[in-house]
Amino acid sequence: MNDGQTQNRGWQAKVRTQTRKLGYWTLAWVLTMALATFGPKFLWESSALISVAAIGLNLLIGIGMIVANKEHLTSLDEMQQKIHLEAMAVTLGVGLVAGLAYSNLDISNVISFDAEIGHLVILMSLTYLATLVMLNRKMR
Amino acid sequence: MKNRLKVLRAERDWTQAQLAEKLEVSRQTINAIEKGKFDPSLPLAFKAARLFGLSIEDIFKDQE
Repeated sequence: MNDGQTQNRGWQAKVRTQTRKLGYWTLAWVLTMALATFGPKFLWESSALISVAAIGLNLLIGIGMIVANKEHLTSLDEMQQKIHLEAMAVTLGVGLVAGLAYSNLDISNVISFDAEIGHLVILMSLTYLATLVMLNRKMR
Repeated sequence: MKNRLKVLRAERDWTQAQLAEKLEVSRQTINAIEKGKFDPSLPLAFKAARLFGLSIEDIFKDQE
Protein backbone atom coordinates (compact mmCIF):
# COMPACT_ATOMS: atom_id res chain seq x y z
CA MET A 1 0.00 0.00 0.00
CA ASN A 2 1.44 3.39 -0.99
CA ASP A 3 1.45 6.56 1.11
CA GLY A 4 -1.57 8.07 -0.68
CA GLN A 5 -3.68 4.98 -0.04
CA THR A 6 -2.59 4.82 3.59
CA GLN A 7 -3.42 8.52 4.06
CA ASN A 8 -6.83 8.17 2.43
CA ARG A 9 -7.73 5.04 4.34
CA GLY A 10 -6.86 7.18 7.35
CA TRP A 11 -9.08 9.99 6.06
CA GLN A 12 -11.97 7.62 5.31
CA ALA A 13 -11.58 5.97 8.70
CA LYS A 14 -11.67 9.40 10.33
CA VAL A 15 -14.92 10.28 8.52
CA ARG A 16 -16.44 6.93 9.53
CA THR A 17 -15.37 7.44 13.15
CA GLN A 18 -16.81 10.98 13.26
CA THR A 19 -20.08 9.78 11.63
CA ARG A 20 -20.39 6.97 14.18
CA LYS A 21 -19.60 9.40 17.01
CA LEU A 22 -22.30 11.81 15.79
CA GLY A 23 -24.76 8.89 15.62
CA TYR A 24 -24.04 7.90 19.24
CA TRP A 25 -24.38 11.49 20.52
CA THR A 26 -27.62 11.98 18.55
CA LEU A 27 -29.04 8.72 19.93
CA ALA A 28 -28.07 9.74 23.47
CA TRP A 29 -29.66 13.17 22.96
CA VAL A 30 -32.91 11.63 21.66
CA LEU A 31 -33.03 9.19 24.59
CA THR A 32 -32.41 11.92 27.20
CA MET A 33 -35.00 14.11 25.43
CA ALA A 34 -37.52 11.25 25.77
CA LEU A 35 -36.53 10.88 29.42
CA ALA A 36 -36.99 14.61 30.11
CA THR A 37 -40.30 14.67 28.21
CA PHE A 38 -41.99 11.49 29.45
CA GLY A 39 -40.17 11.01 32.77
CA PRO A 40 -42.30 13.46 34.80
CA LYS A 41 -45.47 11.63 33.72
CA PHE A 42 -44.39 7.98 33.76
CA LEU A 43 -41.30 7.67 35.97
CA TRP A 44 -41.00 10.21 38.80
CA GLU A 45 -44.46 11.72 39.12
CA SER A 46 -43.63 15.38 38.51
CA SER A 47 -40.73 15.75 40.99
CA ALA A 48 -39.29 19.15 40.00
CA LEU A 49 -35.76 18.26 41.15
CA ILE A 50 -35.57 15.11 39.00
CA SER A 51 -37.14 16.98 36.07
CA VAL A 52 -34.49 19.71 36.28
CA ALA A 53 -31.77 17.06 36.49
CA ALA A 54 -33.17 15.26 33.43
CA ILE A 55 -33.40 18.52 31.46
CA GLY A 56 -29.85 19.44 32.54
CA LEU A 57 -28.59 16.04 31.39
CA ASN A 58 -30.38 16.52 28.06
CA LEU A 59 -28.74 19.95 27.66
CA LEU A 60 -25.27 18.57 28.41
CA ILE A 61 -25.72 15.70 25.95
CA GLY A 62 -27.04 18.29 23.45
CA ILE A 63 -23.80 20.26 23.74
CA GLY A 64 -21.88 17.05 23.07
CA MET A 65 -24.05 16.44 20.00
CA ILE A 66 -23.36 19.95 18.69
CA VAL A 67 -19.59 19.46 19.09
CA ALA A 68 -19.81 16.02 17.42
CA ASN A 69 -21.79 17.56 14.54
CA LYS A 70 -19.14 20.25 14.05
CA GLU A 71 -16.34 17.65 14.14
CA HIS A 72 -18.24 15.49 11.65
CA LEU A 73 -18.64 18.43 9.25
CA THR A 74 -14.98 19.38 9.43
CA SER A 75 -13.96 15.76 8.75
CA LEU A 76 -15.81 15.77 5.40
CA ASP A 77 -14.14 16.75 2.12
CA GLU A 78 -14.73 20.18 0.56
CA MET A 79 -17.57 19.16 -1.76
CA GLN A 80 -19.41 17.35 1.01
CA GLN A 81 -18.96 20.40 3.24
CA LYS A 82 -20.39 22.62 0.47
CA ILE A 83 -23.42 20.32 0.13
CA HIS A 84 -24.06 20.46 3.89
CA LEU A 85 -23.57 24.24 3.92
CA GLU A 86 -26.20 24.70 1.19
CA ALA A 87 -28.57 22.27 2.92
CA MET A 88 -28.15 24.17 6.20
CA ALA A 89 -28.79 27.51 4.45
CA VAL A 90 -32.03 26.20 2.95
CA THR A 91 -33.06 24.63 6.27
CA LEU A 92 -32.38 27.82 8.23
CA GLY A 93 -34.35 29.89 5.72
CA VAL A 94 -37.29 27.51 5.64
CA GLY A 95 -37.26 27.22 9.43
CA LEU A 96 -37.27 30.97 9.94
CA VAL A 97 -39.83 31.87 7.26
CA ALA A 98 -42.20 28.93 7.78
CA GLY A 99 -41.76 29.02 11.58
CA LEU A 100 -42.77 32.66 11.91
CA ALA A 101 -45.62 32.27 9.41
CA TYR A 102 -46.86 29.27 11.42
CA SER A 103 -46.63 31.31 14.61
CA ASN A 104 -48.61 34.15 12.99
CA LEU A 105 -51.30 31.68 11.94
CA ASP A 106 -51.60 30.65 15.58
CA ILE A 107 -51.55 34.22 16.95
CA SER A 108 -54.23 35.37 14.51
CA ASN A 109 -56.31 32.26 15.32
CA VAL A 110 -56.43 31.12 11.70
CA ILE A 111 -55.53 27.60 12.88
CA SER A 112 -57.63 25.97 15.58
CA PHE A 113 -54.69 24.29 17.36
CA ASP A 114 -51.55 25.63 19.08
CA ALA A 115 -48.40 26.00 16.98
CA GLU A 116 -46.05 23.34 18.35
CA ILE A 117 -42.25 23.68 18.23
CA GLY A 118 -42.13 19.96 17.37
CA HIS A 119 -43.80 20.67 14.02
CA LEU A 120 -41.02 23.14 13.18
CA VAL A 121 -38.35 20.60 14.15
CA ILE A 122 -39.98 18.00 11.87
CA LEU A 123 -40.18 20.52 9.00
CA MET A 124 -36.52 21.51 9.43
CA SER A 125 -35.39 17.87 9.62
CA LEU A 126 -37.30 16.93 6.47
CA THR A 127 -36.04 20.05 4.66
CA TYR A 128 -32.42 19.23 5.56
CA LEU A 129 -32.82 15.61 4.49
CA ALA A 130 -34.57 16.44 1.20
CA THR A 131 -32.00 19.14 0.33
CA LEU A 132 -29.11 16.77 1.06
CA VAL A 133 -30.61 14.09 -1.20
CA MET A 134 -31.30 16.64 -3.96
CA LEU A 135 -27.80 18.17 -3.85
CA ASN A 136 -26.09 14.77 -3.75
CA ARG A 137 -28.07 13.73 -6.84
CA LYS A 138 -27.17 17.00 -8.56
CA MET A 139 -23.46 16.38 -7.98
CA ARG A 140 -23.56 12.82 -9.36
CA MET B 1 -13.96 25.48 -15.20
CA LYS B 2 -12.75 22.70 -17.52
CA ASN B 3 -10.19 20.15 -16.44
CA ARG B 4 -8.12 17.22 -17.75
CA LEU B 5 -8.46 15.13 -14.62
CA LYS B 6 -10.25 12.26 -16.38
CA VAL B 7 -7.63 12.08 -19.16
CA LEU B 8 -4.71 12.26 -16.73
CA ARG B 9 -6.31 9.60 -14.56
CA ALA B 10 -6.93 7.34 -17.56
CA GLU B 11 -3.31 7.76 -18.72
CA ARG B 12 -2.18 6.36 -15.38
CA ASP B 13 -4.86 3.68 -15.41
CA TRP B 14 -6.31 4.86 -12.10
CA THR B 15 -9.92 4.48 -11.08
CA GLN B 16 -11.85 7.39 -9.57
CA ALA B 17 -11.62 5.64 -6.21
CA GLN B 18 -7.82 5.37 -6.50
CA LEU B 19 -7.47 9.05 -7.40
CA ALA B 20 -9.83 9.93 -4.54
CA GLU B 21 -7.60 7.94 -2.18
CA LYS B 22 -4.52 9.83 -3.33
CA LEU B 23 -6.19 13.24 -2.99
CA GLU B 24 -7.96 12.39 0.28
CA VAL B 25 -11.45 13.17 -0.97
CA SER B 26 -14.49 11.02 -1.70
CA ARG B 27 -14.99 9.26 -5.05
CA GLN B 28 -18.13 11.36 -5.56
CA THR B 29 -16.01 14.50 -5.35
CA ILE B 30 -13.62 13.24 -8.05
CA ASN B 31 -16.63 12.38 -10.23
CA ALA B 32 -18.15 15.85 -9.73
CA ILE B 33 -14.83 17.58 -10.54
CA GLU B 34 -14.36 15.49 -13.70
CA LYS B 35 -17.87 16.34 -14.85
CA GLY B 36 -17.32 20.04 -14.14
CA LYS B 37 -20.06 20.08 -11.52
CA PHE B 38 -17.70 21.10 -8.74
CA ASP B 39 -14.64 23.36 -8.86
CA PRO B 40 -11.93 22.32 -6.40
CA SER B 41 -10.35 24.73 -3.94
CA LEU B 42 -6.84 26.04 -4.58
CA PRO B 43 -5.24 23.66 -2.02
CA LEU B 44 -6.93 20.66 -3.68
CA ALA B 45 -5.93 21.89 -7.15
CA PHE B 46 -2.31 22.23 -5.95
CA LYS B 47 -2.47 18.74 -4.48
CA ALA B 48 -3.71 17.34 -7.82
CA ALA B 49 -0.99 19.26 -9.67
CA ARG B 50 1.70 17.84 -7.35
CA LEU B 51 0.30 14.34 -7.78
CA PHE B 52 0.40 14.52 -11.59
CA GLY B 53 3.69 16.46 -11.66
CA LEU B 54 2.07 19.29 -13.64
CA SER B 55 1.14 22.92 -13.06
CA ILE B 56 -2.43 23.85 -12.08
CA GLU B 57 -2.92 25.50 -15.49
CA ASP B 58 -2.01 22.20 -17.19
CA ILE B 59 -4.92 20.50 -15.43
CA PHE B 60 -7.55 23.22 -14.93
CA LYS B 61 -8.63 25.69 -17.60
CA ASP B 62 -10.81 28.75 -17.11
CA GLN B 63 -13.81 28.52 -19.44
CA GLU B 64 -13.81 32.25 -20.29
